[in-house]
Amino acid sequence: MNAVVTDTDDVVVRLENIGLSHDHGHSFILRHVNLEIRRGEFVAVLGPSGVGKSTLLRVIMGLVQPSEGTVSLHASPTAAHRPAAMVFQDAKLMPWRSVLRNVELGLEGLGLTRPQRRERAMAALELVGLADTADRWPRQLSGGQRQRVGVARALTVEPDLLLMDEPFGALDAITRGALQDELLRIHARRHGTVLFVTHDLDEALILADRIIILEGQPAGLRGDFAVGARPRDNTAPGMRAMAERMRRLIAGEPDPGADAAYWQASEI
Amino acid sequence: MTPSRSIWTRPLLGVVGLIVLFGAWEASIRLGWVPSGLLPAPSSLGPAWLEEVRSGAWIQAIRDSLTHYVMGLVIGSVLGMLTGLLCGTVPLLDGLLSGVVRVLRPIPGLAWVPFAILWFGLDTAGATFVIAISVFWINFYAAYGAVQAIDPDLYEVAASFGHGGFLARLRTVVIPASAPGVLAGLRTGLGQAWMSVVAAELFGVPGIGARMMQASSLLATDLVVVYMLTMALLYALTDTAFMLVRKRLLGWQG
Repeated sequence: MNAVVTDTDDVVVRLENIGLSHDHGHSFILRHVNLEIRRGEFVAVLGPSGVGKSTLLRVIMGLVQPSEGTVSLHASPTAAHRPAAMVFQDAKLMPWRSVLRNVELGLEGLGLTRPQRRERAMAALELVGLADTADRWPRQLSGGQRQRVGVARALTVEPDLLLMDEPFGALDAITRGALQDELLRIHARRHGTVLFVTHDLDEALILADRIIILEGQPAGLRGDFAVGARPRDNTAPGMRAMAERMRRLIAGEPDPGADAAYWQASEI
Repeated sequence: MTPSRSIWTRPLLGVVGLIVLFGAWEASIRLGWVPSGLLPAPSSLGPAWLEEVRSGAWIQAIRDSLTHYVMGLVIGSVLGMLTGLLCGTVPLLDGLLSGVVRVLRPIPGLAWVPFAILWFGLDTAGATFVIAISVFWINFYAAYGAVQAIDPDLYEVAASFGHGGFLARLRTVVIPASAPGVLAGLRTGLGQAWMSVVAAELFGVPGIGARMMQASSLLATDLVVVYMLTMALLYALTDTAFMLVRKRLLGWQG
């Protein structure tokens, strides 16, 4: 696990000069990544497929140790919760556990009694509208339902930071739209902090308040955009110009609005 | 099979097949197609069985063989399963044992009979040893393969939700995820162990195998067949009981 700092700071996670290499520094997957996420922010990490977005999430989650730099996760002092929780691509439920027991996974080991775990898991299932499937097996659910259970499993541990790794990428367009709406509804209600990885610009524009572009080899942050308040008109000229700049950055093209952009990659 | 047929169609057809087999067998002996003495008539099996039951030999043979079977099966399966699970989970152990496995794996359980006699003698322990070796490998490979086939992402899921330690991974991922493969190995071992029982007892350890050997040396072929059918019955019982347990354990597979 990464350094977990308990304080009242507004910053939930701080990445300082993160680098990741699998060959002892000959080549890097991530390099010079600096990032701060504040409480309540919904941040999307946008970048081309295979650039290292999921790897960045795994570094923050503590599943992968960075070769350089530090990750500090600032946990709130609440009892019986986890600092970070992750929603995986394809849900990755455990097929031998019932839906309820899947949601309870992260609650085990937090010092809760069985009825307490049950109550919290049921509340999370209710939040995603699946309370009536608690006793079913994952194979009896649709892809969209499985992903909702994945969201419930992460929310029930009341994480300070919710990490989402292209969670809706494998779903059909209609289900994806429904789950995006639901995620926004839940976010509006809980004011949680979310870091959402996607390669889909439209999805980032629908969901996020702030969009970060990860691009290059080694990958670094190439742009940091505040998308603006809701309700938002993604067809407004200002938004379309911003979207166009993001598209160029993802494609690795020079940014025409570079002077206005917020650069964080220190080597540039 | 069309779905309109009842669930009883298949078992019923199975019974019909058995009746045809025994009928043809009886007829071929009555009609003199098979020289007498080579094969007992099915109609002679009942009286031979009754006589064996009355003398107490039948129950005694079953009791002896069942003891060898259960002890060999339990010891071989538990050791095989544990070794397989550990080799699948701990790369260091897997590497250390890879050479040993390669040397010992091709040696069939029966090849150990000389040592079984030497180390344990012609008794329960000797027979148990031979049976245990023959089911060990089945369970070892079933468990090992099942662990290798686990979706590695599930370890990440477990670690993300606070189950990253070795024992926590074993409990939350390895054991439940490998259960179907482990149980399939156990079931194969259940059949293999009966074969080994007979083989182990042919060398003189009392039990069904030894009784068959005695009967065949007296040319009492009816008795040999009675014990063959006894084994079939015992296997069917253990397998059915096992499948009932398996169904409860793996309800999630549907």
